[in-house]
Amino acid sequence: MASEHSEGAGADTTALALKILVAGGFGVGKTTLVGAVSEIRPLRTEEQLSEIGESVDDVAAVDQKTTTTVAMDFGRITIRSGLSLYLFGTPGQDRFWFLWDELSQGALGAVVLADTRRLEDCFPAVDYFEHRRIPFVVAVNCFAGARAYGAQDVSRALDLDRGTPVVLCDARDRDSGKEVLIRLVEYAGRMHTARLLDSVG
Amino acid sequence: MRKLRGDTEPPEPGAQWYDAEAGPLVRPYAMTGGRTSPGPSGVRFDLIALVSLDTAAPEMGDDTALGPEHRALIELCRTETQSVAELAADADLPVGVVRVLLGDLLELGVVKVTRPVPPAQLPDEKILREVIDGLRAL
Repeated sequence: MASEHSEGAGADTTALALKILVAGGFGVGKTTLVGAVSEIRPLRTEEQLSEIGESVDDVAAVDQKTTTTVAMDFGRITIRSGLSLYLFGTPGQDRFWFLWDELSQGALGAVVLADTRRLEDCFPAVDYFEHRRIPFVVAVNCFAGARAYGAQDVSRALDLDRGTPVVLCDARDRDSGKEVLIRLVEYAGRMHTARLLDSVG
Repeated sequence: MRKLRGDTEPPEPGAQWYDAEAGPLVRPYAMTGGRTSPGPSGVRFDLIALVSLDTAAPEMGDDTALGPEHRALIELCRTETQSVAELAADADLPVGVVRVLLGDLLELGVVKVTRPVPPAQLPDEKILREVIDGLRAL
């Protein structure tokens, strides 16, 4: 990938955009959360990927499928003119992990949505952000009828690093979604300060 | 005579090959002349890189160097500054294609692209405070 270079001096007065990722297992409510807090209806971008054809079962496949489309849902929150927050739902399937690398570049942080009925679905996302030291919060989407667990239980079950916030939420609810984002931004700020102190100490 | 597809009837077999269902008629990278990465500058635009029209841009007129998709992007930027992701969604083009087309426009001096702040200097405390207050006020 080409290195990013700055687009000339005097850019500090221009618009600023921040990126937050929303990750988690399939069907856990990522798009719902993005839609609940976004001021625009969630938009969808598509990325066309070339795919290496299956090597075996192509007896009948004269015309092999060579591209596949990954959709990413995203939303926007305008904080003020010239400062906006973009939320990206990460593609759920594991084979699109490489797209995460691009998405997470320069991200302020991430929300890992979890469903306590299938907590293991969010393990890969937790691992991913821990390894890359990207600040994240775990938001437990409290589906109706799901047995209620406390934040402590979830934190223990996921073996989270100390300090990683766990928030109970309702992904359909705007206020609840806002609270999740606020917790994340606060946490990202704390992480950043701690790292700065580390680097000087 | 062909039957019209009613609400209750299952779609005709093969109906997926007609109209919008059939998918795009033009292969995406045909719009870029087969190029899959932006021109010699080799920049890769982030999804949240912000694109605006360069006010000092020369009038493009009916320059034939620009295709209809280039023009569509210009029109989208005319209303307000847009992120790469929004442009792709609104123009209904894959992100990869939009990146190539934006590379062209950048080289022609039609647009300006603002890069996201590098992660190392990202969370300026003042900005984060603003974001938190802004979220609370929503």
